[in-house]
Amino acid sequence: MTAYIVRRLIQAIPLLLGIVTLVFVIVHAAPGDPTAMYVHPSVSPEVIEQMRENWGLDRPIHIQYLRWLRSFLTGDLGVSLTQNRPIVSILAERIPNTLILSGTSLVLIFAIGIAIGIVQAVRQHSTLDHTLTLSALFIYSMPSFWLGLMLILVFAHKAHLLDWWPAALTFPASGMTSVDYDLMSGWGKLGDRLHHLVLPSIALGVASAASVARYMRSSMLEVIRQDYIRTARAKGLPERTVILKHALKNALLPIITLLGLYLPFLFSGAVLVEYVFAWPGMGRTIVDAISQRDYPLVMATSFIFAVMVVIANLIADILYAVVDPRIRYE
Amino acid sequence: MNEASGRAEDRADGGRALTAAAFIPGLAHLRRGRRRAGLSLLGLALAMLAVLAFSFDRVASTFTAGRVDYWVAMLTLAGTLAAAWGVSLRAEWGRPRQRAEGTSQWAIAWREFNRNRVAVLGLFLMCGLYLATLLAPYLTSYEPNAIGDIAATRHLPPSLDHLMGTDKFGRDVFTRVLYGARISLSIGFVAVSISVTLGTVVGAVSGYFGGAVDTVLMRFVDMLISFPRLVLLITVIALFEPSIFTVIVVLGLTLWPATARIVRGEVLSLREREFVEAARALGLASPRIIFRHIVPNVLGPVIVAATLGLGNIILIEAGLSFLGLSVQPPTPSWGNIIDGGREYLVQAWWVSTFPGLAIVVTVVAFNLIGDGLRDALDPRLRI
Repeated sequence: MTAYIVRRLIQAIPLLLGIVTLVFVIVHAAPGDPTAMYVHPSVSPEVIEQMRENWGLDRPIHIQYLRWLRSFLTGDLGVSLTQNRPIVSILAERIPNTLILSGTSLVLIFAIGIAIGIVQAVRQHSTLDHTLTLSALFIYSMPSFWLGLMLILVFAHKAHLLDWWPAALTFPASGMTSVDYDLMSGWGKLGDRLHHLVLPSIALGVASAASVARYMRSSMLEVIRQDYIRTARAKGLPERTVILKHALKNALLPIITLLGLYLPFLFSGAVLVEYVFAWPGMGRTIVDAISQRDYPLVMATSFIFAVMVVIANLIADILYAVVDPRIRYE
Repeated sequence: MNEASGRAEDRADGGRALTAAAFIPGLAHLRRGRRRAGLSLLGLALAMLAVLAFSFDRVASTFTAGRVDYWVAMLTLAGTLAAAWGVSLRAEWGRPRQRAEGTSQWAIAWREFNRNRVAVLGLFLMCGLYLATLLAPYLTSYEPNAIGDIAATRHLPPSLDHLMGTDKFGRDVFTRVLYGARISLSIGFVAVSISVTLGTVVGAVSGYFGGAVDTVLMRFVDMLISFPRLVLLITVIALFEPSIFTVIVVLGLTLWPATARIVRGEVLSLREREFVEAARALGLASPRIIFRHIVPNVLGPVIVAATLGLGNIILIEAGLSFLGLSVQPPTPSWGNIIDGGREYLVQAWWVSTFPGLAIVVTVVAFNLIGDGLRDALDPRLRI
């Protein structure tokens, strides 16, 4: 097992190098160079020349590439053009926020998706099963940003106008914390954060939950047909035990591989959802950086996104190797 | 002599009798018991005639407006009517169709697809959408970008005059959604064509040759797949000026890896089969083996991937326009209409809501078709 993990780790290295190279190619394939945005009648050509020299743009391309590699390897992602501070420190603030949002969504996706999938499989072909399949179809055809706007419209602005609507079900429309967050007690702070998490994590996760439910349903149906389930039933075990103890474990195996597949999808969604909910994460950072033409920040953020996906895939693979004893990785 | 054979004899000697079915599209199919085909032809013809009747002024103005999209709409209207009538006439007057017992693989797939009622519903939805986008100038009496008297028409709630209300510039949202459909559907279509073609070629080459070629291509695919799609797209688009052209090219050039992986997987097993070996033994050149012998066999999964990809690309394009990285306002696209309504979400909910519903309906249609095609084209699922 250790050997397998080590080998997977080693395999990830060329992939990461490739990603760094790809980002370099994208930057250099673009028309013009970063100094183009400073070209202006009031800026003398000498200053521009000086900038090119400072940023190393006058060097031959392979030297530029090596310098680019070295800076990424040493964790130096450059300096943001608009915020005038190291990109590493900007991203260090933003990455946890994105992880909180995606992590919550991920828990939601798998908890809801698995539960619904089991119910559908157990009650196959019932009205409930058909209704859930149909609603899942609509839910995963929804754009996450639009769903987010609709949730804001209903749960932050309109629903509380009804007399009987409970105040606890009115959620904030944006941000991670309330204005008076600093004055709250410890539990109050946690509650406030969770309260702010509800709408964005639903907007982000519900589509994937619908598709997890779909996979879970078919995986469960496959397992239920197996002989050992018939044996368990024949022993006279209650249906509940058969499904939740005997069938569930094996039905869950293929679902683990989905974990790695959904993360890139989730991060894509996070870009839009963070934008809609003014969530100060990496998605918001990259969108803002684009509108301000802060290219170094755009490149660094997309690189970090890719690294996060690689790591997530690694974790999913290792997890799968750990839980499935049938597969020997030698 | 029963009725059916009597009718057949009528036709045999009378030939082209001027029956009611010769004038009303769909009747011929209905009489022959093909209810769905008959009803859809009838419905299609009636819908076209309704458009003609209700917006006769606008149809007539085609000759004076001098605009391309009016002519396109005119052609669509006339063409659809003519096609519906033609198909119907062929059923009435033509020779009775010979139904061969040994049907081709595609005919079997089509029959399977036809049995799947939801999938056919999706197909109808999709055809309706494309027709609506082509007929757009006739379906609405407003112009998508015309800003009228803002004080009088700003933020009007949905009513019979404005089916989806008006936006902050007093523009009719229904009209903008209709015209936006053109952008979203055509971007989706072109981008999917590019990415599927590219993905098939890369996947087939990679799977067929194997070895170093395969390793290099697949590592490149791994790299592209490591970027969350939207992040890769906005990173690339950010470096260029956002426009329809940029978006189509970038979408087409970044979304092919998924198809490439599917095709490669199929080709890996196909290349070991006897017919490929036979082709090789005949001394055929590799490109010929790949494109004439292998690729036709992977078209099934490719078509499924393309249909599901269409829905996906429409979602992605909507996201890009929402961020302002695709079609620029005032040209409407579903994403940028939603973005435009965001500012006044609470006062005018309809501006953002309806284009979103249009997206949902479209993507549902493509997903239904895609699922139907998958069931129809995968022989392993067929019992």
